[in-house]
Amino acid sequence: MNTETAAGRFGRFGGRYVPETLVPALMELEEAYAAARADPTFDEEVARVLREFVGRPTTLTPARRLTESWGGAHVWLKREDLAHTGAHKINNTVGQVLLAKRMGKQRIIAETGAGQHGVATATACALFGLPCEVYMGALDVERQALNVFRMRALGAVVRPVESGSRTLKDAMNEAMRTWVSQVSDTHYVIGSAAGPHPYPTVVRDFQAIIGKELRTQAQAAFGKLPDAIVACVGGGSNAIGVLHPFIGDASVRLIGVEAGGHGLDSGQHGASLTLGSEGVLHGSRSLVLQDGDGQIQEAHSISAGLDYPGVGPELAHLAKTGRMEVRTATDDEALAAFYEVARMEGILPALETSHAFARGKELARELGVGKYLVINCSGRGDKDVATISARGVPPAVGVKA
Amino acid sequence: MSGEIAKAFARAKARGEGALVAYAMAGDPDLARSVEVFTALVEGGADIVEVGVAFSDPIADGPVIQGASERALKAGSTLKRVLEEVVPEVRRRCPETPLVIMTYVNVIMAMGEERFAKLARERGVSGAILPDLPPEESGALRATFDAAGVDLIPLCAPTTPRARAEAIAKDARGFVYCVSVAGVTGMRAELPPDLSQRLDLVRNASPVPVVAGFGISSAEQARTLSAHADGVVVGSAIVRAAHADGPQAAKALCAEIKRGLKR
Repeated sequence: MNTETAAGRFGRFGGRYVPETLVPALMELEEAYAAARADPTFDEEVARVLREFVGRPTTLTPARRLTESWGGAHVWLKREDLAHTGAHKINNTVGQVLLAKRMGKQRIIAETGAGQHGVATATACALFGLPCEVYMGALDVERQALNVFRMRALGAVVRPVESGSRTLKDAMNEAMRTWVSQVSDTHYVIGSAAGPHPYPTVVRDFQAIIGKELRTQAQAAFGKLPDAIVACVGGGSNAIGVLHPFIGDASVRLIGVEAGGHGLDSGQHGASLTLGSEGVLHGSRSLVLQDGDGQIQEAHSISAGLDYPGVGPELAHLAKTGRMEVRTATDDEALAAFYEVARMEGILPALETSHAFARGKELARELGVGKYLVINCSGRGDKDVATISARGVPPAVGVKA
Repeated sequence: MSGEIAKAFARAKARGEGALVAYAMAGDPDLARSVEVFTALVEGGADIVEVGVAFSDPIADGPVIQGASERALKAGSTLKRVLEEVVPEVRRRCPETPLVIMTYVNVIMAMGEERFAKLARERGVSGAILPDLPPEESGALRATFDAAGVDLIPLCAPTTPRARAEAIAKDARGFVYCVSVAGVTGMRAELPPDLSQRLDLVRNASPVPVVAGFGISSAEQARTLSAHADGVVVGSAIVRAAHADGPQAAKALCAEIKRGLKR
């Protein structure tokens, strides 16, 4: 089922709000993407790389101890943390870099927050032999030294961005400014299902492999579609990827969990679906955190991947129409969930992913015994151990969280 | 159509000059002192004044205007305050000079398109330039602006294909803003060699004047371009001069560029 109501529009959201200089490049991308999708050899190539290099399909794992502990629905995990580079981000970068090669582009630029999308882009560029520049807020460069090293080791040039709040939002601004000046030979790999048309569609299609695999795996594992699927939402690429193939299945509840940060009343959060208002940021009309004068506000989350004041336009549409339910989890709840999942299931989830787990217990109980809840385990938490350990030693063994 | 913009170009032409469209940031260093800057631009010879309204995420702007935006936001600049505290005072001091608001579409949306158009017209604004609103997204907004008598001035880029450039020009309000370089705002030592041909193409298709902007900072550049355009836009160079040396420096720069525009 397609929620696109017109080219690049999802209800009131989407569109292409960019400087005129970029419009022809976005039209070229739109056409090249349509041509690639119409060419079976392109899909075959993407599928081959996902299988041979990324390690797809990722597994669907029963979370037996969480199921028992939570005392409600059967809990299963879609294991994007097992994809190469440790998160779902690689699904999109492999697709977009292959597309860029097909378009004859000579170089790749990308933005990154925590560095996961930057690492995934640098990885795809190394695999396919294209030069790669990654724009990253100077504050994030300081906070995410490990991923900065990974990108540089993979041959990418990391460009720290000193403007504004020196985080993801500013990195995206700078990547767009750079793209404007080098648009003829450069492809910009956006990592979220956000940005100007056709990016929200392109990123969603490449990430929809998650949900497509889940459909098949759920049938095989428990003989029906899940009763509910939950994913964390920052810009929303893992959420739209796992949820999109189920939009037409009325029996499947779709749930997004946003960053509650220090709490929704604190003004320090990343809950753009819950508390945002309609606006234009980074090329599309969506729900954004802004003040009454239209100035974009800084988001806050313990997880850099959810620390973004906007959200992809299709998720905004799904939330506004009620097809997707939206909840939030605070920094503290996500941290508690991180330890709970580590100790109950032997998985260190990413802090982003921990937000989805943080709502797992209440969702499992709401659904009830005999129902099936799938949590999209979007990434692994190794990247976050510095952040988490800085908050203190792990809780004593025997204390669940 | 506001008419004031056409008159300003006609006055410059009658004097044998290309028009100078001069940009400064409202609220840099604060709202009151930016009024002095705008006044100085007109005293230096600006024919049309672009009033920049700061946005937190200016994707079309280079470092100079980004810096000005940050200073203006810190000083409390908002679209509402610019329309209340800056525009009326500049209009009072310089009643003949058309004012054009330059900002990003989100700032207009937050105020409400209709409310902005009505308020802007009441306060004496002639037009608006929104660099992140390409033609495909501008239909409804332009109808609203047309109804209020505010010109939505379109931009044309070096990457815009010929037929698209002609379509943009044919349908333009106020003037056509031809972006000279693929890039963000900011001074450039050299402008692209094919710029003059592009300006000729747009000018042939346009019922309204055509100006070149982005990268222009010297009288020499203005002189070269004035053979192919009805005027030039100077922004970053003025913002930098005003920030470093005050309104008089901005006035002197306008006067110098204006000398380059004499035919």
